[in-house]
Amino acid sequence: MLDFILGHYAYWFTFALLVIGLYAMMMKKNLVKKLIGMTIFQVSIIIFYISSSVKWGGTVPIIEPGDMEKVHHGMAGAVEAAKYINPLPHTLMLTAIVVGVATTGVAFALVISIYKRYKTLNETELLKRMKKEDDNDSD
Amino acid sequence: MITILTKNSPVLIPLLFLAFGLIIPLVAWKRNNWAWPAMMLASLTSVAIAVFNVFKVMEKGPVHYYMGNWMPPIGIEYVLDHLSAFVMLVINLIAFLVLMHAKKIVPLELTRREPPYYAAISLLLCGLNGIVITGDLFNLYVFLEISSLSLYGLIASGEKKSPVAAFRYLIMGTIAASFYLLGVGFLYITTGSLNMADVKAILPSIAGQPTVLIALALMVLGMGIKMALFPLHGWLPDAYTYAPSTSSAIIAPTAAKVAAYVLLRVLFFVFGVSFVTKTVPITNVIMWLAAIGIIYGSIMAIAQKELKRMLAYSSVAQVGYIGLGIGLANPWGLIGAVLHVLNHAFMKACLFLVAGNFRFKLGHSNIFKLEDSIRKKMPWTMAAFTAAALSMVGLPPLAGFFSKWYLALGTIKSASTNWTSWIFLVVILVSSLLNAVYFFRVLEKVYMKPMGKKPKDVHESHEKHEKEETIEIKSNEVGASMLIPTLIMAIGLIVIGLLNAIIVKGIIAFIIPAGMK
Repeated sequence: MLDFILGHYAYWFTFALLVIGLYAMMMKKNLVKKLIGMTIFQVSIIIFYISSSVKWGGTVPIIEPGDMEKVHHGMAGAVEAAKYINPLPHTLMLTAIVVGVATTGVAFALVISIYKRYKTLNETELLKRMKKEDDNDSD
Repeated sequence: MITILTKNSPVLIPLLFLAFGLIIPLVAWKRNNWAWPAMMLASLTSVAIAVFNVFKVMEKGPVHYYMGNWMPPIGIEYVLDHLSAFVMLVINLIAFLVLMHAKKIVPLELTRREPPYYAAISLLLCGLNGIVITGDLFNLYVFLEISSLSLYGLIASGEKKSPVAAFRYLIMGTIAASFYLLGVGFLYITTGSLNMADVKAILPSIAGQPTVLIALALMVLGMGIKMALFPLHGWLPDAYTYAPSTSSAIIAPTAAKVAAYVLLRVLFFVFGVSFVTKTVPITNVIMWLAAIGIIYGSIMAIAQKELKRMLAYSSVAQVGYIGLGIGLANPWGLIGAVLHVLNHAFMKACLFLVAGNFRFKLGHSNIFKLEDSIRKKMPWTMAAFTAAALSMVGLPPLAGFFSKWYLALGTIKSASTNWTSWIFLVVILVSSLLNAVYFFRVLEKVYMKPMGKKPKDVHESHEKHEKEETIEIKSNEVGASMLIPTLIMAIGLIVIGLLNAIIVKGIIAFIIPAGMK
């Protein structure tokens, strides 16, 4: 049990970040705080992917000369995978970072637009006013 | 040239819309009115390609397209099979009709210039078509975010309240997409592959591992939020209500359906039928949530004053039918679910276009303010509304009946092994009655009052009375550019209803995944 907890400590930190982000997104009333939570949430997923590709003693995935010769001698698969860090999660996360930046950008545009129209960023207050406007409309 | 186009036809639609997402703002830089024709050109082309793809698949079977000629599992694979070709055709056809309707109403409802709006629609369609066609789990996430980001913009460009609705949807949508991404991460860690077919081949050997279960749970949760499955539907009513008419008419029939499509793909084509029904019976959970959602959505729809909000809650219920069909996990249920994607797309788009017509002519779509005179003022719009409403209730010659029929067959088949499935049959029947209640409420308001007659004790000058009547009868119908798409959808409902056997036998019957009995 202790091994399970200690052996996966990177994942526990990631999980803690994820929960903090999720809590802020769901529970905080201020829209900007929600966005901060969203960023933490997304970063935790990025860290999760990156930490999954960590190898102790591994290096960048550029094949070393010795390994390349083995491949040339027809021993495909002779490249020692344990030597190299898997590059795919890193490249996937480059895309995810771009997506995250775009989402934050759109979210800030919405926040500005909301503030211009309502002069507040408190969600409870916003919902109250929206309900009032709805009632006025239907009368 | 032609051979290059036909060979690459699976990728053309997403690329086309991606290109037009950039072209539209450029051509309409100085001239606002060029945006709409450019968008229509893209949309018409996409419908043509989608029809071509459907025939290609029906003739030759599934087509596998390797992006840049990199073989899977290393490269990204696009899979054009019966299911993806069918869903793509539905998306592009609906988008084309809604865009035809958009010309007059978009400048009226938008507070700013329209070229960016059309560019966002183009990007949305790029994302949705990409989600449907891709055979790669991570590529799907990228397309999901492309479509979501443009969705937020499309929703936020409406009335005063729309940015708040869009922001709340953004928070929920980001959680959904992130859960999906996390699920993909767990799958990648265990299988080392992102290609759907490849993952499916690897999974049986490691199916019992907890990481696989977590991946399944996270992906279902994410897509459940996106498709507004019952307890996760909170973002939907506000977003559909406050968005501009064109946005809601294009989002309601396509975006939530595509999420349901992803759920279907992930459950049956990645994890496999026996894993999701026997090893981890998650389809049971989906089925129960969908059933609760059907009843809840229908009851909430009865309580609404605003037509668009009523339609939004009805969407929660209708997505429940699709979820129910997926959850039943037998051929009839799945046929019902996929047919309902088509039927509901036509019905809901038609109803939202009618709501748009009301807003265009009357300036509101409040059910309680609708007067009986609109049956004379807007006879064709009301006829389309009636057809779509009857289809939603499920009257036989109309399309809505047949998907419910297949779903009912699915529940009966499932009931032979598990008696609780009778409950779902009851849910389908009761929800049809509830549908009747909330649609007949509107129809009764418009049609059931004798025209122009005042209470009998008011015997004033007969001539004056006559005069009033002639004023009221004066037609105030919307223009042809808005009326034609609405009517095409209404007629389409009858046509789909009559041709349902051909559609089911010709294309939907081929989607049943291996191992489903």
